[in-house]
Amino acid sequence: MAYSGLRIIKEALSGHKGWKPAWRDPEPKSQYDIVIVGGGGHGLATAYYLASRYQTAKVAVLEKGWIGGGNVGRNTTIVRSNYLLDGNQSFYNLSLRMWEDLEQDLNYNAMVSQRGILNLVHTDAQRDAARRRGNAMILAGDDAELLDTEGVRAMYPFLNFENARFPIKGGLLHRRGGTVRHDAVAWGYARGADRRGVDIIQNCEVTGFKIEAGKCVGVETSRGFIGAGKVGVAVAGSSSRVMEKAGLRLPIESHVLQAFVSEGLKPVIPGVITYGAGHFYCSQSDKGGLVFGGDIDMYNTYAQRGNLPVVEDVLESGISLIPALGRVRLLRSWGGIMDMSMDGSPFIDRTPIDGLYFNGGWCYGGFKATPASGLCFAHLMATDTPHDVAQAYRLDRFRCGHMIDEKGQGAQPNLH
Amino acid sequence: MMIDHPLLGLRDAQEFTYLGDASLIDRPDWQAKDAQDQFHDYLYLRDNPAGEHRELWFHETGDRSWLVVTRNTLTHEISKVELARDVARARGRST
Repeated sequence: MAYSGLRIIKEALSGHKGWKPAWRDPEPKSQYDIVIVGGGGHGLATAYYLASRYQTAKVAVLEKGWIGGGNVGRNTTIVRSNYLLDGNQSFYNLSLRMWEDLEQDLNYNAMVSQRGILNLVHTDAQRDAARRRGNAMILAGDDAELLDTEGVRAMYPFLNFENARFPIKGGLLHRRGGTVRHDAVAWGYARGADRRGVDIIQNCEVTGFKIEAGKCVGVETSRGFIGAGKVGVAVAGSSSRVMEKAGLRLPIESHVLQAFVSEGLKPVIPGVITYGAGHFYCSQSDKGGLVFGGDIDMYNTYAQRGNLPVVEDVLESGISLIPALGRVRLLRSWGGIMDMSMDGSPFIDRTPIDGLYFNGGWCYGGFKATPASGLCFAHLMATDTPHDVAQAYRLDRFRCGHMIDEKGQGAQPNLH
Repeated sequence: MMIDHPLLGLRDAQEFTYLGDASLIDRPDWQAKDAQDQFHDYLYLRDNPAGEHRELWFHETGDRSWLVVTRNTLTHEISKVELARDVARARGRST
């Protein structure tokens, strides 16, 4: 059933009795061509592109809980393409272009809103770094605009411009960046995949991989064995736990990132603002809540909740940037588990086990990567060659020295 | 979180900075034949367990000692705190 304005009018006139569930709830079959482990944004996008672009016949997505219940439902919904290094630029460039076409492609309203992202700068050195980054973005085919103080003031007059230690000296504006309704991304991909014959199997936990003579031939699950020609794992946050079942150790630590939403307010922040003097970023959802976040909690954890010191730190940063936040009440906070990789960049690659593929290590930048990640992972699994823009995301890059360390922090995952 | 420092008693985790898995104590021998492989695994690969995890914390705003904290990564419950120096010595390190 295609969605359209006409359809809404028709349903409105007939009491909305014609709407059907957006995807089926099938029983798992005994064998698939490709099984994707993980029904989050990346897993569902992979299944969608396998079915729509690579004509893979029998695909299943296995999800431990309910689809979209992990990080695609727990992020701050920001999409952008403002990377500096070669291995990342073309990938995120593609991802942002795919966001721009996503809704037409999926026939689903994902509320893609290119409202602009402004990265503030507070020192001359930061302005130089922003200019360099902006030039790199323009050379990579993205957009960037360096604003001076007055340029920022015209957009956001309520910021704390006169802070003695961190005055606002300007900002790097990325107009094509913005926000997307996160849950709708999972639902749109799920519906698109389901319509093309993909089985989305929820409440189906993968408990092990069946490996025969160095080849993965299927997965053991809480709903029985499921055979597969190829298995792709896209479970960021739990990558180490799942891949351990195949005997692999990964260059990943799991950390929690907290996020926050305020009570609903009238429109005050039209775009996305990031603070350059502390770790704080903020936008306003279409429901009116201010959505914001900051640093990870810094220690290994699988608990989807953080500790109070980081809450305090994020709110302090927020109020020092936007003093008016002091009058706003916090509505909710939550935590999501991040695959923090050793260089801050992700993996889309084969593994040493034939027929087993891995997608993970997204740190806290996985959401914006969803379309390109799905496409590149689908490409890799369907053709057994890496997609052009994802060639740098190798699992063995630490061994061969091809790290992609945007922040230059070295092998210290909690600093990326 | 509160960390029960072996010398100072209960201290707020905010006084500490976190390094990572306590296996970082076991630095490989740089003269070993397979030193390159060993250093790759030592530096880049992690067990990253869900459950009990031994990890290095540095008492940065306190007595600047390194601790090995045994903490559950599912519940944040801390079950054991040792001086990293004692742990390293028990494993045959000189310091």
